[in-house]
Amino acid sequence: MDTARQSPPPLDIQQLLDEHSRRELLRLVVVGSVDDGKSTLIGRLLYECDGLFEDQIAAVRRASAKRAATRTEAPPELLAQGLKAAAGAEPEELDFSLFTDGLRAEREQGITIDVAYRYLSTPRRKVIIADTPGHIQYTRNMATGASTADAAVILVDARLGVLAQTRRHAYIASLLGIPYLAVAVNKMDLVDFDRATFERIGTELADFARTLGFEGVRLFPVSASQGDNITRASTRTPWHEGGTLLAWLESLPHQRRLDGAPFRFPVQYVLRPHQDYRGLAGQVASGTVRVGDEIQVLPSGRRTRVESIDTFDGPLTEASASMSVTLRLSDEVDASRGDLLAHASTPPLSLQHLDAMLVWFSEQPLDVTRRYLVKQATRTAPAQVERVVWRKELEDLSERPADSLSLNDIGQVRLLCRRPLLCDAYQANRATGAFIIIDALTHDTVGAGLVLGPAGTSATREVASLVTAAERHGRLGQRGAIILLPATREASNLAVELERRLFDQGRHVATASGDVEVALALARAGLLVLAQADAPQARRALREEARDARTEFLELDGAESLERWVERITRSRGEAP
Amino acid sequence: MSETLHARASHLAELEAESIHILRETVAEFANPVMLYSIGKDSQVLLHLARKAFHPAPLPFPLLHVDTTWKFRDMYAFRDAFVAKHGFRLLVHQNRRALAEGINPFDHGSQKYTHALKTQALLEALALHGFDAAFGGARRDEEKSRAKERVFSFRDRHGQWDPRRQRPELWNLFNGRVDAGESMRVFPLSNWTELDVWHYILRERIPVVPLYFAAERPVIDRNGTLLMVDDERMRLRPGERPAPRRVRFRTLGCYPLSGAIESSATTVEAIIHEMVHARQSERQGRLIDHDEEGSMELKKREGYF
Repeated sequence: MDTARQSPPPLDIQQLLDEHSRRELLRLVVVGSVDDGKSTLIGRLLYECDGLFEDQIAAVRRASAKRAATRTEAPPELLAQGLKAAAGAEPEELDFSLFTDGLRAEREQGITIDVAYRYLSTPRRKVIIADTPGHIQYTRNMATGASTADAAVILVDARLGVLAQTRRHAYIASLLGIPYLAVAVNKMDLVDFDRATFERIGTELADFARTLGFEGVRLFPVSASQGDNITRASTRTPWHEGGTLLAWLESLPHQRRLDGAPFRFPVQYVLRPHQDYRGLAGQVASGTVRVGDEIQVLPSGRRTRVESIDTFDGPLTEASASMSVTLRLSDEVDASRGDLLAHASTPPLSLQHLDAMLVWFSEQPLDVTRRYLVKQATRTAPAQVERVVWRKELEDLSERPADSLSLNDIGQVRLLCRRPLLCDAYQANRATGAFIIIDALTHDTVGAGLVLGPAGTSATREVASLVTAAERHGRLGQRGAIILLPATREASNLAVELERRLFDQGRHVATASGDVEVALALARAGLLVLAQADAPQARRALREEARDARTEFLELDGAESLERWVERITRSRGEAP
Repeated sequence: MSETLHARASHLAELEAESIHILRETVAEFANPVMLYSIGKDSQVLLHLARKAFHPAPLPFPLLHVDTTWKFRDMYAFRDAFVAKHGFRLLVHQNRRALAEGINPFDHGSQKYTHALKTQALLEALALHGFDAAFGGARRDEEKSRAKERVFSFRDRHGQWDPRRQRPELWNLFNGRVDAGESMRVFPLSNWTELDVWHYILRERIPVVPLYFAAERPVIDRNGTLLMVDDERMRLRPGERPAPRRVRFRTLGCYPLSGAIESSATTVEAIIHEMVHARQSERQGRLIDHDEEGSMELKKREGYF
């Protein structure tokens, strides 16, 4: 049944494949303001690097001609001639932006709405290019493209110079930790390749970019539509000694790997095919781990050793960023999704109350009274933005006081998470220092966050209590606990009876819907809480948070009878019925 | 460079690790995921990655083949043998009403046909089983509107895609939150190119349907598209007579809508060699992509994969 016909490859194929597999991956984001020519630049790069196929080129030829025809109000017979001419058009006459603007609304409006990913191969590199929108309304999509990038190209229209949106993009690129920036001063053909114009714009933006902390900033005078200094050095800029954009792309150091950083392994999924196998599956976020290493499981802090590093292709002796592997531990320690493994000597931060930078994406401004969810590594925790510390004014990069963040604002906030984030500062570790903010109600991704560190000096808002758990136990004669009912309709009917039975036994009992906060508060007050939740996400949140808060937790089996439930609750309590 | 370092540095290893991460993330966050299985090369790669992601456990989700009944005979044979060999759970779904009404690619045109037997059938199947996440093998390099896809692509209660309302997707942090009835399409191969896929098939020795390899097949030339006459249901136009030609397929779908290319590539290596020198894109033989400009986008909005 093996139909892949594979004979020993001929020599040139082998060479080709070797080259292909040795090619390093570079993730590039191209940013700039509206109409600066990003799509055109990328189309040009693809075209000149043979990244396009003839049928795609032919389709763009037809569309270019159509577009050109609708722009001029020519009589039909001339139009027909134009179409014919365009069919055999020189590359210079192709509308390169049509290679990338793929959505109908984009072509209709001639703008890029959403980030698109393109793939470019050069002899040394495989480049994933994020083509991002310049329009202010879609800054979130620019940040999307920039979050994984190793390098950024920022475009400036030679006629317009540096715009507010240009500065905004450069700032976001630096904030997201992109080390290398190329400034492409585009449409040089429209300013007669004037050296003074280039140098004026270049100096202004490069000075600005250096204050943002880029490791390297390079300047290129280009014409994306005509191909100057993109892949071929232009004869029209003899004064430019910086080479081509493509040469720069090929010369950049390979993507910043995190294998030298401390070892971080967010547990993604527990593999348990049978009793004798329990593997923690995940992707190494940073650093390297070897079989035999002493590690600790966070947040519990339990220490153990790495017994084996398993993959489909066999066991490994070590694994480093960013390999997806499965770890087995020497002891049966409790570890599940959302936990993190690290070397005992280099633990991550465990932050419940933290300072972070936020890029706000939502039309609805940030609301400090609203409940959000923070997803960081494999952990999702309910959180509240305690306050906005300041908002960045992108015109002058000043920090202004603010109560909230609106669409596309960037600012520093203080965040209170209900479960600690096992993280690092974003500057130290891009993989564990990043998080997204999800609106708990609409489920939209409303913000991107970067961990700065533990919250400054202000006191935490955790409610203090002068009454201890032991005192409550003494008074009530029971310890508080959360009892999660099965997710069936029958179970919610039975909940009423169960509550009655327990009450009749003299227990202090209450029922609660799946709201974690309410359930935890009631349990802390010493009550038995019969929690009802159908949604798997709500059930999982209850389990995880009860575990993190070290609150007693019991889950009832839907196959069992009411009597059995009462018995189980009584027995688990270890208290007299 | 040692073998392991070499393997680690390669971008294929990077892509593999990323895809495995996406597969695991989906299974961890959704209650009832499914993997769309179309029997093509991308499906084979996706399935192979899924086996790696959950090894040594069996796949934690079933496969779903949305069957138009018009696939190549070789594809059905391959599907049945492959699934039996590995013991995968396979669900096959057909839009029975559309089939009963006799909807076919000849009388109804590729648009109506695709809508009924692929899009509608898929939405029916997802609703029938209550799947809240569905893996697909789509790659961003395939087509312009695909290039705009997120890895986690949100669909509303009607299975529809709204490109203006896509959730921003940063780092490798995927937002898997959906309400009842809503679902997610998940594309673990987003960052792979056609060349990556073939290179990986070679490296991992992944079996694929024989139609990808050149052989003499009964073919007609219809307006420059080479169509293989796979069974007696093919409607021939006056003057058309199938003649044997040495062809193979770059993408596979329904046989009356999949154009072949002339080729002598009979091995994976030869396919790669041919592809590196190819001047036509993979999807140029796909009739359904070319109904009109933006055709794929419109299909996707309605719920097509």
